Amino acid sequence: MATRQIAADSMLDVERTLWDRIVYAGRFLWRDRSGTVGLVMFLVVVFAAVFAPLIAPYDPLGQDLRAAKMPPAWSAEGSWAHPLGTDNLGRDLFSRLIYGARVSLTVGFVGVLIAAGLGMVFGAIAGYGGGRVDTFIMAVVNLVLSLPYLLFVVVIASMLGRSLINVILIFGITDAPIFARVTRGEVLRMRESGYVESAISAGAGTGRIIFDHIMPNLIGPLLTLATFEMSRMIFYEAGLGFLGLSVPPSVPSWGNMLDAGRKYLTSYPWIALWPGLAIMWTSLGMNLLGDWLRDVLDPRLRRSRK
Amino acid sequence: MQRYFLTRVGQSLLLLIGVLVLVFFLVRITGDPARLMMPREASAAAVEAFREEMGFNRPLLVQFGDYFLGVLQGDFGRSLHFKSPALDLVLQRLPATVHLAATAILFAMLVGVPLGLVGGFNPGSAVDSVGRLLALLGQSIPNFWLGLLLMLLFAVRLGLLPSFGRDEWRSVILPAFVLGLPTMGQLVRLTRSAVLEVRGEDFIRTAHSKGLEPGIIYTKHVLRNVAIPLVSVIGVQFGYMLGGSIIIETVFAWPGIGQLLEQAIGWRDYPLVMAIAVFTSLAVLTINLLTDVAYAVIDPRIRYGH
Repeated sequence: MATRQIAADSMLDVERTLWDRIVYAGRFLWRDRSGTVGLVMFLVVVFAAVFAPLIAPYDPLGQDLRAAKMPPAWSAEGSWAHPLGTDNLGRDLFSRLIYGARVSLTVGFVGVLIAAGLGMVFGAIAGYGGGRVDTFIMAVVNLVLSLPYLLFVVVIASMLGRSLINVILIFGITDAPIFARVTRGEVLRMRESGYVESAISAGAGTGRIIFDHIMPNLIGPLLTLATFEMSRMIFYEAGLGFLGLSVPPSVPSWGNMLDAGRKYLTSYPWIALWPGLAIMWTSLGMNLLGDWLRDVLDPRLRRSRK
Repeated sequence: MQRYFLTRVGQSLLLLIGVLVLVFFLVRITGDPARLMMPREASAAAVEAFREEMGFNRPLLVQFGDYFLGVLQGDFGRSLHFKSPALDLVLQRLPATVHLAATAILFAMLVGVPLGLVGGFNPGSAVDSVGRLLALLGQSIPNFWLGLLLMLLFAVRLGLLPSFGRDEWRSVILPAFVLGLPTMGQLVRLTRSAVLEVRGEDFIRTAHSKGLEPGIIYTKHVLRNVAIPLVSVIGVQFGYMLGGSIIIETVFAWPGIGQLLEQAIGWRDYPLVMAIAVFTSLAVLTINLLTDVAYAVIDPRIRYGH
């Protein structure tokens, strides 16, 4: 078995182990500066979210009305006790920003996990099953994808009420169709391609074909899509928060901070400044990372890049 | 051509029925549409009376039949807040939204397409780098937040532009710029990669080797092929703007459909929310249909391929 595996590897270069793939990807990352920058930017946010209680100097919910509306430390009335200033209730903006990363990453990560899971299952059923099942699943997928997305998300969020679970579920379910479409497309393409056909003629069963031949090739396109979709969810979650429709107002999320900051925009503009910069930082990092992943994982695109 | 057209019209009609089913059941997603539409403090008797009045106590299928036939006859329901037909209210707001979306698309095209063309023809040049940076920023900056900052700068601090409303021609500048920014970024990327791809095609090399003038090759062979994917993306983006302008319209108090939606949600005026969702979806479906037809007219491969 082992010798056969090695021989197959060197001849066909199709079945590499996961570790080989990681090393291979890492080598490409090193060569691509913007990809490295994107990864570092993203990791900074992950670090802030994971170690929030250790980094944040204050309780993100702790109010101190005597220190309210304090500008950032480098302006004349600021103080290094609150490096980024405080909001209208005297809550430390730096601490809130750090804790906000938790909300955004949770929504983005769990949302994408749900969307990708649902999308992969339905996309694979449609692509592999074909026939009426395919027609029905793709009709629903096309319906959702042709709708004005943000409008429906806003309407659903307004009806379900403000909670973290609701926001995650809304994004997870409404975003599944795009994963289903990509999965189905890849499954169809692979079914037509030579290597799946030769695996079938070599006597491989359906399970083996799906898990050994189709799944590994799906990871690339889906991982790229997941990065962009996660960035988009973080973006839209902030938009919902801005409209007052995301997580409850007591939760320190970037969207809620923007919503609060907007009311004090003319007199205390820094309250709205920081959460917007945080969203931009995260999205920029994830978009750079996604671009790089797309180039590395999809060899067809690699040559077109200068 | 005729057959392709008829199939697409048939698909759009099916999608429209799908939208009606979806919107109808969405309002019932919480289980009790009467509770959803009444003020939180309403008494049980008042909710019961409202349920009777709206006919929510009838069998679901009867309610849906009623709703469906109503929409077919142009009856999108009555607004609870204004006590008038919901469709009229939406149509009153339509010109403002179209004005904003059309200006935004125009801006995105006028900036994005030339930048992408120059970048595609001279990859690695200074203009290309600027274009790619703008594309990345356009897709990463939360545009509603940028809207707030620009409003603060140009309207409040400098007093150059109006900060909200739609009272003079300059009012549209800031919201259209901000709304068009992500699309502008996408157009830069798309145009650039389309130019790069077409330039590498065999027929371009043939044209060069048979001694055709570069000017003619670029205008006749490259540009015509680049235009094809652009038509489709611009159509899709216009549809996205009609539905996605809700946050931007809220930021700038732009009296369009998005602002009406935000207000209707605040008033719990769900018949009006439903009308907005159905009307906007209908508009988006129509635009997608027209785009596909235009696509087929430009690109013979689509006509004969299917």
